[in-house]
Amino acid sequence: MSLEYYLVLSALLFTTGVIGVLIRRNAIIIFMCIELMLNAANLAFVAISRSLGEATGQVFVFFVMTVAAAEVAIGLAIIVSVFKHRQTINVDEVNSLKG
Amino acid sequence: MNAEQILFILFGAVSLIGAIAVISFRHPIYSALSLIVTFFAQAGLFVLLGAHFVAAVQVIVYAGAIMVLFLFVIMLLNLGTLSVKGAIGTKLKGFAIILGILLAAEGIYIAMNALNDTAVASAEPAAITTTTYDIGELLFSKYLLPFEVTSLILLAALIGVIVLVKRDSQEENQNR
Repeated sequence: MSLEYYLVLSALLFTTGVIGVLIRRNAIIIFMCIELMLNAANLAFVAISRSLGEATGQVFVFFVMTVAAAEVAIGLAIIVSVFKHRQTINVDEVNSLKG
Repeated sequence: MNAEQILFILFGAVSLIGAIAVISFRHPIYSALSLIVTFFAQAGLFVLLGAHFVAAVQVIVYAGAIMVLFLFVIMLLNLGTLSVKGAIGTKLKGFAIILGILLAAEGIYIAMNALNDTAVASAEPAAITTTTYDIGELLFSKYLLPFEVTSLILLAALIGVIVLVKRDSQEENQNR
């Protein structure tokens, strides 16, 4: 399989994540869509790493996964504490930071 | 059509359908389970690309640890009824999907054309398998500083989560 097919698949997965962030108002599903986008980027990294025949892309996948794990841990802690205070995780209703 | 193409189409279709299911299901639990399917299909794609270490980490870290965290929070908050009103209006949704299709078209255009003149496209598609040894060697020599910064990120996340949770328990104690 040539590189293009993997990059096209990566673009489609990324777009799915973007659409999910735009149309869903549930904070947890928005988080899942961010995970989808990070994974699409990982797929592009690995495909290009394979195409160049070196492991650098996979090292970056390692970093992306670490950042994703940290982001999910913090984000879910924030969601839980917002839910404790507001009894909702609909991002349209959690708007007390709005100017 | 050889075995690699068939497997690519299989894993690619499963991951794409799983991704669309993530954003379509009303209930967050179903979205989380679809996301696990997507992660497993992507691990298959990583194996096809010869990145066995990344595939293993994908299953262990993403499909294992991160998704357990998601499922745990969904069950902890018991969100079943809240998710129904969690969608935006039809007009906005159509606009978002049109924008998404435009973004996908741009991404596909870049994937098909823009790489033509770069070193990536001119490189011979190497049929090598990247071993954990190669990744480890790079990680502990050329990318040692980013690797150490990674540990700081994890430490910051750890402390951040503890602070977020601890403040709540103190407030609860004051309320008693």
